[in-house]
Amino acid sequence: MTSSSASLFPRLAEEGGHAVPVIHQVPADGVFALLWVIIALPALGAAIILLGGGNRTKGFAHLLGCATVLGSFAISLVSFFALLGRDETDRSVGQFLWTWVDAGSFRADMALLYDPLSALFLLLITGVGSLIHLYSIGYMEHDERRARFFGYLNLFVAAMLMLVLSDNYLGVFLGWEGVGLASYLLIGFWQHKPSAAVAAKKAFVVNRVGDIGMALGTMLVFATFGTVAFAPVSEVAGEAPTATMTALGLLFLLAACGKSAQVPLQSWLLDAMEGPTPVSALIHAATMVTAGVYLVVRSNFIYDYTEVAQTAVVVVGTVTLLWGAIIGCAKDDIKKALAGSTMSQIGYMMLAAGLGPYGYAFAIFHLLTHGFFKANMFLGAGSVMHAMNDDVDMRHYGALQKAVPVTFLTFAMGYLAIIGFPGFSGFWSKDKIIEASFGESTLVGLCALVGAGITAFYMTRVMLMTFFGQKRWEEGVHPHESPKIMTVPLIVLAALSVLGGLLLFGDFVTDWLTPAVGAVAHHELAFAPWVFSLIVTVVVAVGVTIAWLTVGRNEVPRTAPQNVSFVTRAARADLYGDALNEELLMRPGDRFVTGLVGFDDKGVDGVVNGTGTAFAGMSGTFRKLQTGYVRSYALSVLSGAVLVVVALLAVNLT
Amino acid sequence: MFPWLTAALLLPILGAVVVALLPSPSGDQPRTDLPQKVALGFSLLTLLLVAVIGVGFDVGGERYQFTETYTWIESFGAHYALGVDGIGLTLVILTAILTPVVILASWRDGDNGRWGVNSFFAWMLALEGLAIGVFAAMDVFLFYVLFEATLIPIYFLIGGFGGARRSYAAVKFLLFSLLGGLLMLASVVGLYVVSASSEGGPTYLLTELAPITASIDTVTGRWLFLGFFIAFAIKAPMFPVHTWLPDVAQESTPGTSVLLVSILDKIGTFGMLRFCLGLFPEASQWATPVVLVLAVASVLYGGLVAIGQKSIPRLIAYTSVSHFGFIVMGIFVLNSYGQIGSTLYMFNHGLSTAALFLVTGFLINRRGSQLIGDFGGVEKVAPVLAGTFLVAGLSSLSLPGLSPFISEFLVLVGTFTHNWWYAVFAVLGIVLAALYILLTYQRTMTGPTVEAVRGMRDLNLREVGALAPLLLLIVVLGFFPKPLTAIIDPAVGHTLEQVGVSDPQPDVPAPTAAEEEINQ
Repeated sequence: MTSSSASLFPRLAEEGGHAVPVIHQVPADGVFALLWVIIALPALGAAIILLGGGNRTKGFAHLLGCATVLGSFAISLVSFFALLGRDETDRSVGQFLWTWVDAGSFRADMALLYDPLSALFLLLITGVGSLIHLYSIGYMEHDERRARFFGYLNLFVAAMLMLVLSDNYLGVFLGWEGVGLASYLLIGFWQHKPSAAVAAKKAFVVNRVGDIGMALGTMLVFATFGTVAFAPVSEVAGEAPTATMTALGLLFLLAACGKSAQVPLQSWLLDAMEGPTPVSALIHAATMVTAGVYLVVRSNFIYDYTEVAQTAVVVVGTVTLLWGAIIGCAKDDIKKALAGSTMSQIGYMMLAAGLGPYGYAFAIFHLLTHGFFKANMFLGAGSVMHAMNDDVDMRHYGALQKAVPVTFLTFAMGYLAIIGFPGFSGFWSKDKIIEASFGESTLVGLCALVGAGITAFYMTRVMLMTFFGQKRWEEGVHPHESPKIMTVPLIVLAALSVLGGLLLFGDFVTDWLTPAVGAVAHHELAFAPWVFSLIVTVVVAVGVTIAWLTVGRNEVPRTAPQNVSFVTRAARADLYGDALNEELLMRPGDRFVTGLVGFDDKGVDGVVNGTGTAFAGMSGTFRKLQTGYVRSYALSVLSGAVLVVVALLAVNLT
Repeated sequence: MFPWLTAALLLPILGAVVVALLPSPSGDQPRTDLPQKVALGFSLLTLLLVAVIGVGFDVGGERYQFTETYTWIESFGAHYALGVDGIGLTLVILTAILTPVVILASWRDGDNGRWGVNSFFAWMLALEGLAIGVFAAMDVFLFYVLFEATLIPIYFLIGGFGGARRSYAAVKFLLFSLLGGLLMLASVVGLYVVSASSEGGPTYLLTELAPITASIDTVTGRWLFLGFFIAFAIKAPMFPVHTWLPDVAQESTPGTSVLLVSILDKIGTFGMLRFCLGLFPEASQWATPVVLVLAVASVLYGGLVAIGQKSIPRLIAYTSVSHFGFIVMGIFVLNSYGQIGSTLYMFNHGLSTAALFLVTGFLINRRGSQLIGDFGGVEKVAPVLAGTFLVAGLSSLSLPGLSPFISEFLVLVGTFTHNWWYAVFAVLGIVLAALYILLTYQRTMTGPTVEAVRGMRDLNLREVGALAPLLLLIVVLGFFPKPLTAIIDPAVGHTLEQVGVSDPQPDVPAPTAAEEEINQ
């Protein structure tokens, strides 16, 4: 960091060569006084729809649901420009609402922190959220419980906004589990299907394992600093022992693994595709699953002081980006292929976040572009399913580009963005991460590079199986383009997928985030950046070519071939993540619980009953007591009372 | 000054007498539901009275307020003395809120008992009065007498109304309780010996007793502590003396279970806070490691065994064993976060468990079976019932935004700052809670609707009316717990002062000035 930029941010505390920003909040005046309304609108929408009941709100629930989120988007947009107009040092706005928990010296406020980081999240959540709400009007039109669907969606948006706006860890926890609840309700939206109900429960329970990290992390923050608010912690974080910071970093990483479906807590995300497709787009691609990345980046004042935890974040990210990509290669279910891809792309973000100030901004940049192109592709997949009578098997697709031209073109934009076709949004954001990871370690860099090649392979496979080749449609399927209410959001998202890279124009996104996450001089790279871009592009081209050679040139069988390599089998089985859980946790857990129940019934109860009756010498009375109620009770009470009096008298007499 | 607490104690007991004396409805007359209506009226009046006490309670005032003291048995030093601090008041309020809810929810549950419907509601009111007395007792002897007296109504409620093996359950409950009561009695007598040999002569008055027992010799103090503690541990109930609770929950009517688990069992944890800690500070600190291990064991054991239950009420009983583990843990970590959390926990657990017992009671009543395996797909036919069950369940698993979260989190914060090892184990309870609640929801409410529940009615207006206040409170207090924490905070401060401990300090205290700026 040069001295001139240091003087721009007088409150950045120098530490070990890079700057850890200190949050200094200024009161919320002007348009910022409306910050709370951003959360309140969708919360109100959810309350009206869900408490009003399905039948009474049927007529207007979808309109109300869209209106609240659009309203929040409008305020977010105005606030963003207001923040843009401020001095860089004044871009952390705090709004105190009320004291939430006040017990002894423990205090957590309902208070909001609006800074460059949360500002970007607000635009993503309410912007992409609005588009997905609009799309859902069409997608859920024939569902008799559509009103409730919009109630849940609004609940989700409110919780997600709480998560990114809270100025303290307890408030983040509120949003964190709030989005978990919404996710649970929406995965299980069609809960008459046992698979949906099981997937919903699995998502919640696996996330609860991650929440252990969130809960203990918040406790450790309080025990160490005497507060759970970000600003005061950021001021003194440098004085805390490294061991504490490492513990905090690892605990919050555990939390992030749960919410962001990172290895080893990744298993729930693929099952979560049981939910309606707009849910997959909004919650399980664009917003909620990126909350783990948010948590790490927001906690930069912790991770910057612990190399161990940073390394752990990098390892988790790297493993997951490959893990998800490999799974994505083998799935025939279009949504599961996209879900594997989501895991993988979030792996990229985590990897970047683990690089510290060098990577935070790139993590958020990729998070935004991924929000655009993945929401685009999920909604596109929904549109395809709409056309194919809700069939998700890509082996039953093929040659759809003429049948659903708008969906095809918009999906193609998302495709080009995710594989990193030069000029498209993903090109800029992923390129930066790969480049940065080479700066960290050649091994990590190579993994990220290979990941890009695999991404190109599986996405090309999805593209070819869905839109090109021969028709493999089921009988009676007559594909048709979706209505405007669904295609217009697709077009907007496609445009964002193409143009999202503009955020990097003039280093806007990195400079914008610097006050919130810090900045650092770039690592020395072995090659010039354009050489990296070239290498990445070549690797991507190789991935596309392999897909073309294996999928595009051959006829796709309508049923999945069974005599396949071990790798394919493993990838189809989600790399045995579920099998491992089953063998290591669920079955032994089941046996343990059954044993414990038996122990409780026979052992504890038996012993306690036995000693109890023997002790009181009442084994005979025990049986008799069951017959004469009033009499036996009177006897017990009387003997008790007599005992009291006798005892007291005896003591008194001596 | 008007004896507000005596009035709050006597009003429901008066109601009990009136209800008992009402003419019994006979078979050929049209049902008037007179006993129910009168009982509900008395319980609502009591709620009003308690609300007045709550409003009149001065947060910054004396520790004990609304005090009344009369000498009762002079030679024992026993007094009729009532008064509440923030802790006692919280539980009195809980009792006053839950009783009308239970009466409304149990409208038809007294119809097929061993005795008439009058007695069912009369016992409920009697129980309310006695429970208020227990939470307000300022004299150890009075406390003991009322503590034992609460056994009478609950014994008849369990044994008279409920399932086939209710007699077994009632007697089992009684034996456990009497055993605990005997141990406590020994300690009560012991206290007399201690106080009689002090300067002022014998006294059971809490305010006079505390200074005497504070300087008691170590061994005596520990023995007396044990008598109280074991009695309270059985009451609460803690592992391994919990086995009476599942049997009782299985056989009782849902309303009885609520009165027992949500109110009466709180006497156990309330007693630990008031008497174990208040009278025996040295012994309490001495016992802390063992109690904490038992508490953590209760949390995990209760949660695990709950997962394996086939019967819904038994499952709820085991979840309570887990929750009581948290409450005891918070009390014995001996810091303000833990104890404020525990007191709040007693209140919140009262609400959430009441909601759970009642809504599943409605469910079980409709199906005629309490086995989880006999349900499936209920959401489709009774969405309101399923929705309330889910909210009650989510509050039981301490979802942030619902009131139990705050209390559980504070207990864990207290535990963590005391010794983080306990917290690391106890926090596993949040995963177990997610499992036992959501598994039950999945098995009963989701999936294809099974034949036997196809015609099931959704909740009626009365049932919704009984559950609504509980759920409303759970949500409101989840975002704004201040009305309760404000009155609990000073009371816990006094308790900790008595024990002679203070809160641990942070290693790297962060400045809070910046926050204050914003807040103004």
